[in-house]
Amino acid sequence: MAKRENTSAKRSSGRRVANFPEIMLTMVLFCALFLGMSVYLVHFVATSEQDMINNSYNSRQEILLSRNYRGTIFSRDGEVLAQTVLDKEQNESRVYPFANLFSHVVGYSTQGRMGVEAAANYYLINTNTSINNKVANDMAGVKNPGDNVYTTLDVQIQEVADEQLSVYKGAILVTEVKTGKVLAMVSHPDFDPNEIDDIWEGLLEDESSSVLLNRATQGLYPPGSTFKIMTALEYIRENPGTWDHYQYQCSGSYRKGESKISCYHGANHGSVTFESSFAKSCNSSFANIGMSLDRRQFQETLDGLLFGKELPVTFLHAKSSAQISGEMTDEDMIQTSIGQGKTQITPLHLNMITCAIANSGQLMKPYVIDRVENDTGFVVKSFKPSSYGYLMSQDEAQDLKELMTAVVENGTATKLKGLDYTAAGKTGSAEYNNVKGDSHAWFTGFAPAEDPEVCVTIIVEGAGSGGDYAVPIARRLFNAYFEEKPVQEATP
Amino acid sequence: MSEYVIELSKYFICGLMVLYTFCCIYAFRYAKECGNRPVFVVQNILMFLIQTLCFVNLILISDDIQYLFLFAFVEVFLLAAVCLVPAIYENCNRQLLNNMCMLLGIGLMMISRLDYARAIRQYVIVLVSLIFSLLIPFFFSKVRFLKKMTWLYAAAGILLLSLVLIMGEVTHGSRISVEIADLTFQPSEFVKILFVFFLAGALWEETSFLRVAVTAVLAGIHVIVLVLSTDLGGALIFFIAYVLVVFVATRNYLYLLAGILGGSAAAVAAYQLFSHVRIRVLAWQDPWSYIDNQGYQITQSLFAVGSGSWFGMGLLKGNPTVIPYVSADFIFSSICEELGVIFGICLILVCVSCFITIMQTALCIYDRFYQMIVFGLGAMYIFQIFLTVGGGIKFIPLTGVTLPFISYGGSSVMSTMIMFFIIQGIYIRLQQEGVKHSGKT
Repeated sequence: MAKRENTSAKRSSGRRVANFPEIMLTMVLFCALFLGMSVYLVHFVATSEQDMINNSYNSRQEILLSRNYRGTIFSRDGEVLAQTVLDKEQNESRVYPFANLFSHVVGYSTQGRMGVEAAANYYLINTNTSINNKVANDMAGVKNPGDNVYTTLDVQIQEVADEQLSVYKGAILVTEVKTGKVLAMVSHPDFDPNEIDDIWEGLLEDESSSVLLNRATQGLYPPGSTFKIMTALEYIRENPGTWDHYQYQCSGSYRKGESKISCYHGANHGSVTFESSFAKSCNSSFANIGMSLDRRQFQETLDGLLFGKELPVTFLHAKSSAQISGEMTDEDMIQTSIGQGKTQITPLHLNMITCAIANSGQLMKPYVIDRVENDTGFVVKSFKPSSYGYLMSQDEAQDLKELMTAVVENGTATKLKGLDYTAAGKTGSAEYNNVKGDSHAWFTGFAPAEDPEVCVTIIVEGAGSGGDYAVPIARRLFNAYFEEKPVQEATP
Repeated sequence: MSEYVIELSKYFICGLMVLYTFCCIYAFRYAKECGNRPVFVVQNILMFLIQTLCFVNLILISDDIQYLFLFAFVEVFLLAAVCLVPAIYENCNRQLLNNMCMLLGIGLMMISRLDYARAIRQYVIVLVSLIFSLLIPFFFSKVRFLKKMTWLYAAAGILLLSLVLIMGEVTHGSRISVEIADLTFQPSEFVKILFVFFLAGALWEETSFLRVAVTAVLAGIHVIVLVLSTDLGGALIFFIAYVLVVFVATRNYLYLLAGILGGSAAAVAAYQLFSHVRIRVLAWQDPWSYIDNQGYQITQSLFAVGSGSWFGMGLLKGNPTVIPYVSADFIFSSICEELGVIFGICLILVCVSCFITIMQTALCIYDRFYQMIVFGLGAMYIFQIFLTVGGGIKFIPLTGVTLPFISYGGSSVMSTMIMFFIIQGIYIRLQQEGVKHSGKT
C-alpha cells in the first residue's frame, strides 16, 4: 500500500494542472473560513450557553422545569436558603426559610427572577442525577431533582448585618479580600420572598421606597468622603516620593473665587499633613489637593478604577459614574474631589476598590455561587476565585492601606480602635440635599490591617456621619467575622 | 430500560459521528481510491448505526410506530445508493458518495422529527432525484457538445430567473418559486448549475479581458435579477462563484481583488438601497434588541444552539419547532439543539471534506472546461453551507438559504444531487481516461 502511495505521489507531482496554486488557495481560504466559524461556534456555546437558557424568551426553560424539580440553594455551611417543597397533591412551592433575610441576594423565582435564583437558574433547573435515579423517577412518574447550588453566603454574618442596619434604608456588603467571596449582602428595605406572588403588585406600585432594588449592587449614592481614597491615590500618583511632605493650614473652610467649601460641621483641623487630612477627612485640605491635580490624568485614574465601566461580576449591578474634564468649573472640581457633586457609586464598587487596596492592588472578582452539586453531593461545577487584575500598584496599595489605618488610629473611625485586630478604612458622610445634616453614613474598610482577610462596606441612608453611624456597624461585623474565625496570632 | 437507551444513545450518536468524521479525514491519506476500500465500508457501517440509533430514539420517545416505516424506507434507500452506484459506475468517487448518503440520511431523519408529512415528501423527491441523477454520468461519457452551448446556458438561466421574478409566488417575503401542477419549484437552484456551465464554457479557452467583461455583464444580470427577487443568498452564491471561477480560469489575482472590492461596493450599495438588506444587517448586529420582530428568528436559533450545548438535549427533547422555517433555513440549529454542537461541527467537517474531495478532483482535470465545472460547483456548494450555517449562528447576517442535502426543500436537494452526480460523471470520465493513458488499473 505504501508503495502505491509513493508512485502515485510521484506521478501527481510530475503533472500538476496549470492553475494548481489558485485552486489550492481557494481551498485553503474556505477551510480557514470554516475553521473560523467552528471556533466561533465553540466559543459561543462555551460562553453563552447559560445566557441562552436563562433568557425569558427561550421556551426551553419550561421544558426543563417540566422534567426537573428546581434545586436547593444553600449557605456556605449548608443551611437551606431556598428550596422547592411538595404538598400532598404534588404541588410545588418555593420556600425561603430565612424569609426577609436573604431577600435580595438569593432573590425569588416566580415573578421573573432575581439574585442567585436568577444567576444560578441554569444549574437549578438542570439535573445531573444518576441514570439509575432518572430511570427510577421515570417509572415512578416523578420529576428528577435539579442540581443544588452552594453559595458563599454566611448566615451568621448576614444576620448581624441585617440586625445592624435595622430600620434604616441602606446596604451592607461583607467580602473575603483574598478570594472575592461575598459573605453577606444586605439591602434594606427588604421583603419576604415567600410571599412574592401576593406582594408583587404592591411592590411594583410603590416606587418611592424601591424595595426590589438591591441597594448593595444597584444603589447609586454620592460617595462623600470615601471618594477621598481616589483623590488621595491620584495625588500619590502625581507626586511620587513627595506626597507625604504635603502641608496645609485648615481654617474650617476653603475658598476659591466664588466657591466656598466647609469641613464637616465646620470643624477647624488646624495644621494638617497628607495623612492627617485623610484621617480626619478634612474637606478644605482635600479641596486644595483636588485643585492641584491634573484633571485629564485624574479621569484616567478613575477609569482604571472602573468608574463608568461594567464591573467584572455576574450579578445585576449599576454603573458608577465620575466625570472630570478640563472644562469643568473650579466649583465642580472642588465638589468632586471631596466626593460630592455629580459623582455616584454603588456600595459594590466601593467594596471592590477597598478589597483591591487590601489585597495589594489586586482585585479578586466578587462572587456568590461557590459550587453546584447533584442530589448525591457530587460536585458538578465549582467556581474558583479569579483575579480581575491590578487596579493599582502594590506600593500605591500599601500607601493607601497606611492612610486608611491612620483613619482608625487617630481619625474619624476611632470607634474601631483597641480591638483584638487592627482595622483600617475610610468613613464618609455624603450629603444628599442642601439642608445641613442630611447625610448618608458610609464606611468602607478591612481587617486585620497587617494581613487583610475581610472587607466591609456599609451605607446607612440619612443616618448622619459615617464615623458615628457606620463605623459601629463595621465593628460588630468584624467581631462577628473574627468570632467565627479568630485572628491568627503571629507565632514568634 | 428505554430510559437507559435514550440517555446513553445521545453520547453514542455523538461518538459515532466523530468516528465517521475521522474516517473522512483519514481517507485523505491516500491519493488513490483503492487503498480506502476498508475505510468506506467502515463509514457505511457507521452511517447505518447512526441512522438506527436516531430512529430507535424517535420511536422510543414518541411511542409512535410511524417512524418505523420511514426508517425502513430510508435505510433501504441508503443501502441501495451505496451498493447500486458503485455497481453501475465502478469508478465513482466512493468518498463523495458516502458523504452524500450520510448527509441525506441525517437530513431525512431530522425532517421526520420536525414534520413527518414533509419527510415523506422529501423522501419521494430524494428517490426521484437519485434515479434521475444516476443517468448523468452515463450522459457525460457520451455527450460531446456541452462546450458549444455557452451562450445558451446564460440565456436559459436569465430567462428562467426573470420568469420567476415576473410570475413567481411570494414565499417568506422572497419571490423565488413557481408553482407548476401542484409542485413548487425554485428555479434558481437549477439555474446555479446552468450558470457554472456558462462560466466554464465562456472561459475555458479564452480568458481575454473582453471575454471576462462580457461574462461579467451576463453574470451581473443573473445577480441583479436575483437581488430584485429579494433572494439575497442566491445572489451572493452566484456572485462568489463568478469571482472564483474567473480567478481560477484566468489565474489573474487582480480579478480576485477586483471581485472583492466590487463585491464590497455592491454590498454597501445594496445596504443603502434596500430596506430588507438593512433589516438583515440590523438583526445580525443586535438581535437581542429586536427579539420580538426582526431578531426573532436569529435569537430563537441561538437559543436552540445554546440550549443544546455539546451533546444536545436529545432527539424530541428540545423545542426546535419554535424557530420559524426550521426545516428549511435553520435545520443546522435544530441538529445542534437535539444532537449537540459536537455533532454539528462534525457535520460541518463532513461537508468541508466533500468540498476538499471536489477540489482534489478539480486538481486532476486537465480539460479546463470540465475542471471549471467541478471547481465552480464545489465553490457554490461550500459557500452555500457557509451562508446557512453562519447565518444560523450569527456569524454572518442571515440570508435564508438551505443546507444542501439536509434541509427540507425539493429543488434544493434535487439540484445538489445533480451537482454531485455531474462531479461524479466527470470524475468517472477522468478515471477512464487515466486507464486509457496508463493502460492499467
